[in-house]
Amino acid sequence: MSQLQASLVELIRRTSAEIPDDVHQAILTSLENEKKGSLAASAIKIIDQNIALAKQKSQPICQDTGSILFYVDVPVGYDQITFAETAREAVKEATKKGFLRQNSVDSLTGKNDGTNVGPGAPAFHFHQHHSPDVNVRLVLKGGGCENVGAQYSLPIEKLQANRDHDGCRRVILDAILQAQGKGCGPGILGVCIGGDRATGYELSKTQFLRRLEDRNPNPELDGLEQDILKTANELGIGPMGFGGKTTLLGVKICAANRVPASFFVSVSYMCWAYRRQGVQLDAGSNIEKWLY
Amino acid sequence: MIKLSFPFTEEKVRALKVGDEVLISGVVFTGRDAVHKYLHEGGKLPDGVSLRDGIIYHCGPVMMKQPDGSWKCTAAGPTTSIREEPYQWQIIRDFGVRGVIGKGGMGDRTLAACKEYGCVYLHAVGGAAQVLAECVNKVRNVYFAAEFGAPEAIWELEIADFPAVVTIDAHGNSLHRDIFASSQAALAERL
Repeated sequence: MSQLQASLVELIRRTSAEIPDDVHQAILTSLENEKKGSLAASAIKIIDQNIALAKQKSQPICQDTGSILFYVDVPVGYDQITFAETAREAVKEATKKGFLRQNSVDSLTGKNDGTNVGPGAPAFHFHQHHSPDVNVRLVLKGGGCENVGAQYSLPIEKLQANRDHDGCRRVILDAILQAQGKGCGPGILGVCIGGDRATGYELSKTQFLRRLEDRNPNPELDGLEQDILKTANELGIGPMGFGGKTTLLGVKICAANRVPASFFVSVSYMCWAYRRQGVQLDAGSNIEKWLY
Repeated sequence: MIKLSFPFTEEKVRALKVGDEVLISGVVFTGRDAVHKYLHEGGKLPDGVSLRDGIIYHCGPVMMKQPDGSWKCTAAGPTTSIREEPYQWQIIRDFGVRGVIGKGGMGDRTLAACKEYGCVYLHAVGGAAQVLAECVNKVRNVYFAAEFGAPEAIWELEIADFPAVVTIDAHGNSLHRDIFASSQAALAERL
């Protein structure tokens, strides 16, 4: 096994088995806010036990090890083809070791060959940058939370959502209402205002690369993020939809230009089992540092 | 906490109400999208699988084959149940199911079937794959693994003190329906 493959298997293992510190901290804070003895508190306690157990046993936090999304920053001239081939082998290896479930199905035949590798799986997003570093970020996104994502094309008369700030607010809150507990809340929202149908969803997911405690540098988006988070947590949906004060742990919003005829708001929902990690690799493809 | 043990009789199940926290012990069978569609279309349960006074668990576990040929369950949380809403009422009616373990809740047809035939929906904590795998004492068998693939197969599990919350009872009550209504009203005040 090459050093790159070994480093990527380790990245997959840690992403699948260990929740990032920022997310764990938010979950612990939410437990303090829930009423003692409530169903919400009971659910969060099980979540916290699960986080500890997964780490200790080096086994998946959630059995749905999700869509495998690689976000890779590479120097100019880096061989992306070899990287992708190696990453596919790392995914196969991680599946054999049980860090990933046999989770990839041929959409036409229904067959699951058990490797997690096939058309579009895993997914790669390469970005060149002017730095010698190779940064590999990985998100494992389960199907339950993926299914409650929603894309709105404004205006929407039924929701009184026009093409303005209030319209965006209305549709994002509608997505939270419709999701209830089905996406394994407390969740985290990644939102893109604008773009087209494909880039809107894609950019909404890149919001999951942000740390939970960060603040949006754009004051309008920052205000909307804080407003949605506060309002969502007043709705009483709570962990797992059991009722309670913690419906969301975070909201991250970006904006992209659109064509005059389109106004999409794309909402991606991430479950509490927010599996996101990253590594910086040195010239020998060893893990130099962890990014979260 | 209420202990709920096999056999899951109608009497035990009718005694439960929405909001009860239960610890489930006994034999359960997993079944998710492929199994529900197959049964809905008239498919037969394989020999050895009976859901009569039994529990179906919406779960696609991670299973590791051991050197002696047995299976070890290494992750086993619930999957989203609402996808089975078109089929579940019929499977409750035709196979005598007394409990459905899953997550995210189910809709009106399942709610009505629970009331009519005596069944409850037991909500496990989604994503808690390790805590719940610890409750699996033994993997007794697997059916349809070749046809449906490992996550979609029927796994026969012996579970002990598996934690869940009754969110749909056999008396026409649904926590999901109530929370949706209250959260919708709360949102309307904040728009």
